[in-house]
Amino acid sequence: MGKSSTLNVGAGAFVLLGFAALAFLTTQTTNHGIHLGTRGSFYAITAKFDNIGDLKVGAPVSMAGVDVGRVTRIDLDTKQFKAVVSMQLDSKYNDIPSDSDASIYTQGLLGGKFIGLTAGGADTYLKNNDQIDFTQSAIVLENLIGQLVANFSNKGSDSSGSSGSSGSSGSSGSAPTPAPSPKPEKVK
Amino acid sequence: MIGELGRSLVGALGGLGDIGLFLLRIVADTPRALLRFDLIAKQVFNSGALSLVIIMLSGLFVGMVLGLQGFELLQRFGSEEALGTAAAIGLLRELSPVITALLFAGRAGTALASEIGLMRATDQLSAMEMMAVDPISRVVVPRFLGGVIAMPLLAAIFSMIGLYGAQLIGVQMMGVDSGSFWSQMQGAVELRDINEGLVKSAMFGIACSLIAVYQGYYADPTAEGVGLATTRTVVTSAVVVLFLDYLVTSAFL
Amino acid sequence: MGPSGTGKTTLLRLITGQLRPLGGSLVVAGQDMCTVRGPALYALRKRMGMLFQNGALLTDLSVFENVAFPLREHTDLPERLIRLIVLTKLQAVGLRGAAPLMPSELSGGMARRVALARAIVMDPEILIYDEPFVGLDPISLGMILRLVRRLNDTLGLTSIVVSHDVHEIIQVADRVYLLSGGRAVASGTPDELEKNSSDVVKQFVGGLPDGPVPFHYPGPDYFGELLQRDLRQSA
Repeated sequence: MGKSSTLNVGAGAFVLLGFAALAFLTTQTTNHGIHLGTRGSFYAITAKFDNIGDLKVGAPVSMAGVDVGRVTRIDLDTKQFKAVVSMQLDSKYNDIPSDSDASIYTQGLLGGKFIGLTAGGADTYLKNNDQIDFTQSAIVLENLIGQLVANFSNKGSDSSGSSGSSGSSGSSGSAPTPAPSPKPEKVK
Repeated sequence: MIGELGRSLVGALGGLGDIGLFLLRIVADTPRALLRFDLIAKQVFNSGALSLVIIMLSGLFVGMVLGLQGFELLQRFGSEEALGTAAAIGLLRELSPVITALLFAGRAGTALASEIGLMRATDQLSAMEMMAVDPISRVVVPRFLGGVIAMPLLAAIFSMIGLYGAQLIGVQMMGVDSGSFWSQMQGAVELRDINEGLVKSAMFGIACSLIAVYQGYYADPTAEGVGLATTRTVVTSAVVVLFLDYLVTSAFL
Repeated sequence: MGPSGTGKTTLLRLITGQLRPLGGSLVVAGQDMCTVRGPALYALRKRMGMLFQNGALLTDLSVFENVAFPLREHTDLPERLIRLIVLTKLQAVGLRGAAPLMPSELSGGMARRVALARAIVMDPEILIYDEPFVGLDPISLGMILRLVRRLNDTLGLTSIVVSHDVHEIIQVADRVYLLSGGRAVASGTPDELEKNSSDVVKQFVGGLPDGPVPFHYPGPDYFGELLQRDLRQSA
């Protein structure tokens, strides 16, 4: 009977659509799924950080405010106990100096974290599977406050005080002053 | 005056009991009705597939409004990238199940109530009884099951289209970073949120379908009776949905 | 038959089991209607056919499917056999050619005839007609009348017709029961009824506007009511 089979097909198609929507929601809105791929060709870069804050997979990687790639994986190096961040950079940006440094910045006031690359001066460029050696971790609020408190108490007891002493952790190199995080300008 | 109040309270209690018993009858008849899969498929089509247009349109617009409002609000705190999270949580937990249920009550619920009410008014249900066919099994249960199956699926579709709408505004129009939009969402949304939405839409599906078939089955066999059944379906469904929404929300928190 | 509101339809619904009697006794085909329930009731109903006032065809099924409905629901007959039976019944009511139509495309008389075909499709022993002549044009009326009588004779049925169309009933009935005020006030063959001298019967059969069923709805004295108003106005 033609009429009822059209109906059945319609009902079946609807149910299929519903489940597809459910599958989409489960995989695309939570951490439990596979994410739809991106077009274009990329090369992979890694960088190690003492503390990545709440940097997430999928966060942008930018240079001079321009999006050049994305964070693809976050792992923990169990020997050095550092965070290993893997990113993919767009192949057309293939002349980034190999001594560039990667820092973790915050988008806006309460936004998520992203990685900013600052160019170095080397003649060689980053290639597939290279590692960025110069990194700067995320500014963690608690550590900052701890530093501040330590600074104040050190000023009270003169001599060797200042930064670099107790309470500061999570920064390789000197602890940066709590300057406002640069907000990358969006190039429309 | 107290007497009046008491009387209407007793009446309401009686009505609640009636519909509860009706639900039991339907549930008891379900195994037998499942054998008539073709009837159920037809009702899934009527309640679900035919509601797609309004659900998808509404989902799109609601998502877009979420995108606009969310963006403007988050922009005040410099957190536009959280737009994905805001839209997803808002849709998955609250907006999709509730709005879908209200739209369902308006479109599919009224269709069910008036269909069954008309069958009552033209003696079709009595004729079935006379032909020794149980009208509950043949007419009511497939329509009830069709609604219960269709509702969660419609809500999921609403969420999906809504997210697309929010993304359309936020990412394409307002320039929120696409990666941040999705990655922040993925970090914040848990399966628990999706579950909450599913549980809600399943319960709303049961409630709206039950109210619709009940009103139709016990409608006055006149033209006004059918009309009254239709309006009662929408009003009762809306109140019950919002009440259940509160219950389930507090249960999940 | 009987005047409006005497309980003809109620009696029908008692016979079919849609209402349950609170007292007294009612035996249909050997079944006591006061106690029969569930499966026994459904089994009894399969032996009965009923024609509703407006046909009560299922609006989402075609004419053919409507007539086939009881067969599909209650039997496992193969499709070929169902088709044969349905077409035969439709032929008996003169609507075999209308098999593919939908109920919305039928006239009132045609819908009623299709409903009749559906009522006899399971070869019942009892056929019940609820006001079958209401609202029909003379031609359709003649068709239904002829069918009622013919089916009764050829199929060996017991037919119960509820109606207040005296003229029509008298042409086809073997036995007439006149209900008034909730009781049977007369019974007999159509001839006996016409010769009946009781006032109630005479008023009904003759269509007299006044008699045991009064013309005036009960109320206060006429002149008294008029004068009262006058007095009040002049006072």
